Amino acid sequence: MTNSPLTPGIVPARLPADNIAANFADHAAALDPHEARVAADRCYFCHDAPCITACPTSIDIPLFIRQIATGTPDAAAKTIWQANILGGMCARVCPTETLCEEACVREAAEGKPVEIGQLQRFATDTAMAKGQHPFSRAPSTGKKVAVVGAGPAGLACAHRLAMHGHDVVVFERRPKAGGLNEYGIASYKATENFAQREVDWLLQIGGIEIRTGVSLGRDISVDGLRADYDAVFLGIGLGGVNALRAPGEDKAGVQDAVDFISVLRQTADLTTLPVGRNVVVIGGGMTAVDAAVQSKLLGAENVTIVYRREQEKMSASGYEQDHATNAGVRIICNAAPLAVHGNGSVREVEFAYTIDTPEGLKQTGETFRLKADQVFKAIGQTLTLAETGLVVEQGKIAAAPAGVWVGGDCATGGEDLTVTAVAQGRDAAEAIHASLMAKG
Amino acid sequence: MADLTSNFIGIKSPNPFWLASAPPTDKKYNVERAFEAGWGGVVWKTLGSEGPPIVNVNGPRYGAIWGADRRLLGLNNIELITDRPLEVNLREIKEVKRKWRDRAMIISLMVPCDEESWKAILGQIEDTEADGVELNFGCPHGMAERGMGSAVGQVPEYIEMVTRWVKQYSRMPCIVKLTPNVTSILPPAQAAHRGGADAVSLINTVKSITNVDLDHFSPFPMIDGKGSHGGYCGPAVKPIALNMVAEIARHHETRGLPISGIGGVTTWRDAAEFMALGAGNVQVCTAAMTYGFKIVQEMISGLSQYLDEKDMALSDLIGRAVPNFVEWQDLNLNYVTKARIDPDACIKCGRCYAACEDTSHQAIAMKPGRVFEVLDDECVACNLCVNVCPVENCITMVELPKGTVDPRTKTPVGDYANWTQHPNNPGAHAAE
Repeated sequence: MTNSPLTPGIVPARLPADNIAANFADHAAALDPHEARVAADRCYFCHDAPCITACPTSIDIPLFIRQIATGTPDAAAKTIWQANILGGMCARVCPTETLCEEACVREAAEGKPVEIGQLQRFATDTAMAKGQHPFSRAPSTGKKVAVVGAGPAGLACAHRLAMHGHDVVVFERRPKAGGLNEYGIASYKATENFAQREVDWLLQIGGIEIRTGVSLGRDISVDGLRADYDAVFLGIGLGGVNALRAPGEDKAGVQDAVDFISVLRQTADLTTLPVGRNVVVIGGGMTAVDAAVQSKLLGAENVTIVYRREQEKMSASGYEQDHATNAGVRIICNAAPLAVHGNGSVREVEFAYTIDTPEGLKQTGETFRLKADQVFKAIGQTLTLAETGLVVEQGKIAAAPAGVWVGGDCATGGEDLTVTAVAQGRDAAEAIHASLMAKG
Repeated sequence: MADLTSNFIGIKSPNPFWLASAPPTDKKYNVERAFEAGWGGVVWKTLGSEGPPIVNVNGPRYGAIWGADRRLLGLNNIELITDRPLEVNLREIKEVKRKWRDRAMIISLMVPCDEESWKAILGQIEDTEADGVELNFGCPHGMAERGMGSAVGQVPEYIEMVTRWVKQYSRMPCIVKLTPNVTSILPPAQAAHRGGADAVSLINTVKSITNVDLDHFSPFPMIDGKGSHGGYCGPAVKPIALNMVAEIARHHETRGLPISGIGGVTTWRDAAEFMALGAGNVQVCTAAMTYGFKIVQEMISGLSQYLDEKDMALSDLIGRAVPNFVEWQDLNLNYVTKARIDPDACIKCGRCYAACEDTSHQAIAMKPGRVFEVLDDECVACNLCVNVCPVENCITMVELPKGTVDPRTKTPVGDYANWTQHPNNPGAHAAE
């Protein structure tokens, strides 16, 4: 090996191949059947369970856990999928510590919630391994629906529509379906090509055609789809990334964190993926954590997340923050980027310390510089759409013309969570179905 | 540290914890390991008549019921009495007793129900220097088909007859082990008493099928696709055993008859409960078969600590709860309690609500924010909410003081009055 964590610049293979392979292995080992039975037995089968309320897709969690406890994980999986067809991915990527597991009464009782996420994964993995799809289509309605975006919202919408007997065409601008499940989730959360396997499994229901490489605005338009289909669903996500608005952000070595993650996810041999010796990630959300941790796992010597507000305001959960610090990532809060320095390529990032005040964020006047040969911007994404007929408020689609439904990150109410997108896609499908059938 | 020295019908042991007649006491090797671990005594696994030993199945001998994390709650067995030659057992019993003089050594016996057989076996064991015999009238499987074990224990006349033979042909203290597979435990206990038994021990195992193999459609344990009933034991049978022990302890004919308590004793607390209901000592099997012999050390330390904290001697504990074990008709119908939910301890699972609303008296209200409150005008104090609540002491039953009006019945709490005095009881008036 020629490179090491100390090699200057942005270079590949900072760690031996087997180290990288180990670093990017499944970060939460799956429960074995006995572990699952023990974990399931901890569920109290609460009345009107708080975990169900806390789940954006309202999975009947006590029921599926009881089905695991009684040795029927296939039935448990079906319970999950009835509410959330991407339950397998959600089991891996949901911030359960701020959703179902935070609401679990055993969290209140002992600080140790039932391992709902892990149990959901056990059930869905067990059932998926059998290769069967548990749902079938209703008789054909003869209706055609266009779904734009093959991310979690679009896939959930397409599946539910197909189930109701409609024919669905899904348009996706990228080469593969899956959306952020395929391009945006940290690699170690969805190993062994899980995102694609889940898409393939989902499509077994039939009646869904996916056309990749088709971009809204370039190849198709909302009005065109409205003319050709009985209904349209837009689950197009957020295509743009916010700028730092700091001088020097155009220097080489500065890039969007989502692009880094996306490239990483599509790189078969991670020893070929270059990473900086000193990496600075600017932002405070899950994307910042995913970019920082994966930089560290690739062998970066120093990785620092810099967030402009106080730590409590980071949108990455405490669990995610701990995950980052355990991986060796340093988190600096209350520091805002002032300038990116360097001669052509980034060499340092200059920050100003900040303080949260009732009047807003203020700089204290004190500054510092961090060495950096790679900078990732993870300060939020924006809607990149200038379509007629769509009402955009605060960067999201707030209203759509007749015959068009929206869901996922592009829609108001989207929370940048896979599970929320699934819920919105599913609910839009039900609304579309009701609308189409009412028309007769 | 409290003195746990036990004297049960003249048989002394350093503590009241004996191993019951079962696989753990089948041979010298196991029994010596048990004594090394601290057991006060053993009842050697049941000996049969001289001659070719019985044979056991060569497939599974045990079935089980599990709780969470495969915690064993109940065990059932189809093993028969010892399958080793009589002379080997007798030699080993003698060797062990000579080496462990301070421990109790009881020999369990089961031979055909005729005088000659009993006379013969009693003569054969006389030389072992054992402290006593236990008559196995309890095993419900296998041997019962051959007219022994529970086949004897289910017929009080046989119990009395054999007990008399044993007292006639042996000077050893005699314990009669009873089967729970009867409609009432009292006639067998009375029969043993009449026959001259020095003590009874109970319960032996309960006839049972632990489960059915749903692939082969056979009861379990399954032997080549077939299953036979077994004898059930372990923590699951403790409530049955406690009741039977207590019934004998309080009955006017059998009161004072020493009892060796058996049935699911797993911890010091179980042992203390058996003793409070009248057992002079306890015998243990399933707990040892589940966890090994070392558990006796927790039983010793736990019972000692309990007696110290209560400032009681072991003899003070024995039978202490018996006077409080009464018939239903003697219960105070003017004892009124209401459930109280501690909102600070409540974890808002709602199980009390589901249980009360769906299956009981609709006496718990679910308020906004998942606050659960008891409706005193509906609460009959059934205790189901307490039993289903996962948090200990979150829900308690609080007694209404005398004179308080019960919001449910709209009547003040009165003095003690039981069913025999109740106006709704036709018998109460007829007796006058």
